[in-house]
Amino acid sequence: MLSTGSNLPDSVSDKLPPKPEIGLPLWLLAELTYRCPLQCPYCSNPLDFAEQGKELTTEQWIKVFREAREMGAAQLGFSGGEPLVRQDLAELIAEARKLGFYTNLITSGIGLTEQKISDFKKAGLDHIQISFQASDEQVNNLLAGSKKAFAQKLEMARAVKAHGYPMVLNFVTHRHNIDKIDQIIELCIALEADFVELATCQFYGWAQLNRVGLLPTKEQLVSAERITNEYRAKLEAEGHPCKLIFVTPDYYEERPKACMNGWGSIFLTVTPDGTALPCHGARQMPVQFPNVRDHSMQHIWYDSFGFNRFRGYDWMPEPCRSCDEKEKDFGGCRCQAFMLTGDASNADPVCSKSEHHGVILKAREEAEHATQTIEQLAFRNERNSRLIAKS
Amino acid sequence: MSFDRSKTPTWRTGYRFQYEQAQKGHVLLYPEGMIKLNDSAALIGGLIDGQRDVAAIIAELNMQFPDVPELGEDIEQFMEVARAQHWIELA
Ligand code: SF4
Ligand code: SF4
Repeated sequence: MLSTGSNLPDSVSDKLPPKPEIGLPLWLLAELTYRCPLQCPYCSNPLDFAEQGKELTTEQWIKVFREAREMGAAQLGFSGGEPLVRQDLAELIAEARKLGFYTNLITSGIGLTEQKISDFKKAGLDHIQISFQASDEQVNNLLAGSKKAFAQKLEMARAVKAHGYPMVLNFVTHRHNIDKIDQIIELCIALEADFVELATCQFYGWAQLNRVGLLPTKEQLVSAERITNEYRAKLEAEGHPCKLIFVTPDYYEERPKACMNGWGSIFLTVTPDGTALPCHGARQMPVQFPNVRDHSMQHIWYDSFGFNRFRGYDWMPEPCRSCDEKEKDFGGCRCQAFMLTGDASNADPVCSKSEHHGVILKAREEAEHATQTIEQLAFRNERNSRLIAKS
Repeated sequence: MSFDRSKTPTWRTGYRFQYEQAQKGHVLLYPEGMIKLNDSAALIGGLIDGQRDVAAIIAELNMQFPDVPELGEDIEQFMEVARAQHWIELA
């Protein structure tokens, strides 16, 4: 077989491990809309979200669900933007559940009502995840760019449990709230969360733009992780079912994460306008991605250029190419490599073997001295989006 | 510690046991996650319905597989693990 895209001598490419068989798209993320009443400065939506194309119709989404389900997709996440903005959400949930999906609603809680919670339950929704900005009312509201946000979220979290759903609470942590991680955890336990995601923000989309104002210091991170571990031990000793998931920012690692478990290996994201992506951050890359309006999911997953672009190992340049860790981390995150080095096939600069690792070291250094306040962050809204898209 | 076989297992709220054609096997689905079950776990899982107690599940499988020794212990072990992982509740 001809090796595609490689211009290295055969002797080197011969040593590459065989291309693994293409896995099933077990996870489908349906980004129903980019519309959102909030303006989080760490939002992972593309910076030019306000300039994106028309949203898929109800029928188009249902076709996507049906085809993906036939191909083995089992988990379906409804996300956005704010998925509650879609008037057909209950209908989409019902269809997905009928197909056998495990249905997850990933929401900020804004726009949620008791009525909707109960309607969705009837439609067959399996789980609701509510994301918070912080445990502290003021910081939360400032970050979300909305005054009533926090009280609304608390009320909805209680209603979600009262209606018999399992609940995941998601806190995006960063330098302005991570020191309150004990309060965050206490709040989640009080709200009876089944899972708590303490996710240090990852730097894509708006978060990358605001990186200096968001990245916690090493010290902040170490202390937050220690506190989390203490709570874990306590919960376990009590036989408490609540599970704490702590996601560190890879900026403090020497090896990258095995992003999305490998390109096109289990995740499939469909964006509001129907573009299919192997990862929700991939849109910004200079790669042609297929659209569900033009192609079947079968074609998109197995045959499209975009989904095959970084499968296997053929595409890797050095240092990944000859590295014996490539089957473990697949060279890290393609989006991050592109964002920070300008070339998506480079090693993720988080890796200390990358010649661009200095960017990461510099970011860590900057985190030690950053003085940006929350007010100085660029909030995710249409005005900023259009300004950025134009410049 | 001896296991109380009169307890009845139920899947924890939000945990769903189902057959996946594409994977040719049973899985346990839960918020944003999935566990692929091996054949014996799938057989046991299929009998968790909130009605049968552990003794009834053991009796049922003993009937299907009369030649398997220590079936009861295996099932007890599954229940222990599933409870520790908070997949099921035993009441
Ligand atoms: S991260 Fe914030 S701004 Fe972005 S979609 Fe979610 S709630 Fe809206
Ligand atoms: S060089 Fe590439 S494959 Fe090796 S550890 Fe670094 S990122 Fe992973």
